[in-house]
Amino acid sequence: MDTVTEKLQTQFPEAIVDIYEFRGDTTVTVKPEKLVAVCQFLRDDPETSFKYLSAVSGVDYYPASPRFAAVYHLYSHQYKKRFALKAFCANDEVPVLPSVVPVWSTADWHEREAYDLVGIKFSGHPDLRRILTPPECEGYHPLRKDYPQEGY
Amino acid sequence: MNSAELAPSTETMLLNLGPQHPSTHGVLRVWLELDGEVIVNADPDIGYLHRGIEKMCENRTYHQCLPLTDRLDYLAGTANNFGFVLAVEKLLGVEVPKRAQYIRVLLAELTRISSHLFWLGTHGHDLGAMTPLFFAFREREELMDLFEMVWGGRLFPCYLRIGGLAADLPEGFVEKAWEFVKKFPERIKDYHNLLTKNRIWIARTKDVGVLTKEEALDWGWSGPMARGSGVDWDIRRDTPYSSYQDFDFKIPLGTNGDTYDRYLVRMEEMVQSNLICRQVLEKLPAGDINVNDPTVILPPKEKVYNTIEGLINHFLLIERGITPPKGEVYHAIEAPKGELGFYIISDGSPQPFRVKVRGPSFVNLSPTKVLAKGRLLSDLIALIGTMDIVLADVDR
Repeated sequence: MDTVTEKLQTQFPEAIVDIYEFRGDTTVTVKPEKLVAVCQFLRDDPETSFKYLSAVSGVDYYPASPRFAAVYHLYSHQYKKRFALKAFCANDEVPVLPSVVPVWSTADWHEREAYDLVGIKFSGHPDLRRILTPPECEGYHPLRKDYPQEGY
Repeated sequence: MNSAELAPSTETMLLNLGPQHPSTHGVLRVWLELDGEVIVNADPDIGYLHRGIEKMCENRTYHQCLPLTDRLDYLAGTANNFGFVLAVEKLLGVEVPKRAQYIRVLLAELTRISSHLFWLGTHGHDLGAMTPLFFAFREREELMDLFEMVWGGRLFPCYLRIGGLAADLPEGFVEKAWEFVKKFPERIKDYHNLLTKNRIWIARTKDVGVLTKEEALDWGWSGPMARGSGVDWDIRRDTPYSSYQDFDFKIPLGTNGDTYDRYLVRMEEMVQSNLICRQVLEKLPAGDINVNDPTVILPPKEKVYNTIEGLINHFLLIERGITPPKGEVYHAIEAPKGELGFYIISDGSPQPFRVKVRGPSFVNLSPTKVLAKGRLLSDLIALIGTMDIVLADVDR
């Protein structure tokens, strides 16, 4: 197991839901209510130093439940290391996650995109509106699995 | 006339820049609030070119996704193919032979030069310098001829394949590439002569669009944008893929983080890319170009016609496609514009469950509102030029 995961286990033992390793990538799933605290810790701790957020991916795991998740791809320039955090939304009908814009400014557009395409609401986001599809697309989130590729 | 009518107006003006505007490099619309010529608020409105590539990928086999990636950053098609095939190969757990790795590097670096030349020409043109456009496109045309030899087209390559390449390099390509690689350093001097000490150029680019090192990281800048701010990071060097560790090259860095520094960084990157191409051509090994795995690569035709295994393999790959194991991977490469990442979730079926494209243009554009605030409208044009965005990559 890598050092970042060990650090998280000692710091936030109650926050970790799952640890997943595949082809050298580590993804740690955390509880949504602890997400911002974990992100803050990973950014500021000198032994992890994840100053850079590559992307936020909204995922719809339909028909599984919990259905919606956001994956945060992090990179540490100091340790040349990648790491991924995942958080599932507790509610399948109204998916909500806390915003990490206070931790990384770049999350602004990534979260708007995840809101637009997957429909995850980010509470605390300074300016949560659609970014790629037009504002009049009320209620439609094209990357959801129940949204057909053609025929809408 | 009373004095109130004579007093200067204190209202701000709303202005739409784009979506049809030559200096927005595509269908970018920027909603501007102006006080005279000074920008009070700038809000980029993107999505005019949103084609839903991520959604389309979910309904296709992995091979059928490949042509879609050409159309992300269409000025650097090979780089997009490169990122995607490497992500799928990571998912499959295969590594292509050395020759294929070298050829991929060669084409990716030539693509980087071509993309940077396009940036140089249009960026110069936006700021009133006409000649760099002609010079840059002269060399870009030579590269396009080279690309045409390899994949038969100019912009959309689709030449890299999952597990290898579509075909080996054509006859005569290596010689032609050598010709270009040898004469290109001289040509870069021409561009420097036109711009580097040009007083107008310096006035338009110095201290425009400044982000410090910390801010650049906070805003997720990568590639030449981050290096212009002094972030010493290049994915090719720090987490090498496809044999980049075999080549020597330097990472140019800026100090002020302004448009002029980013100009110098990109100019030096072309020199370094050319150096990598030279090393690839010197060391290009012989051998296979595809992995020896019938579940990934189509068997040769004589096997399909003469053996039952070959026929079955061919049939399965065409009818079903490749089926990677269940899993989630993220793989990033150094595309000409910055970090290009693919996040692929496989549920074990021949279609990807989710493909997320982390395009560099999308992220590099995001701090526009911070950078444009309080600047002149003409600085915004310099800013859009230096970000080197391609709207197809922003909107996906």
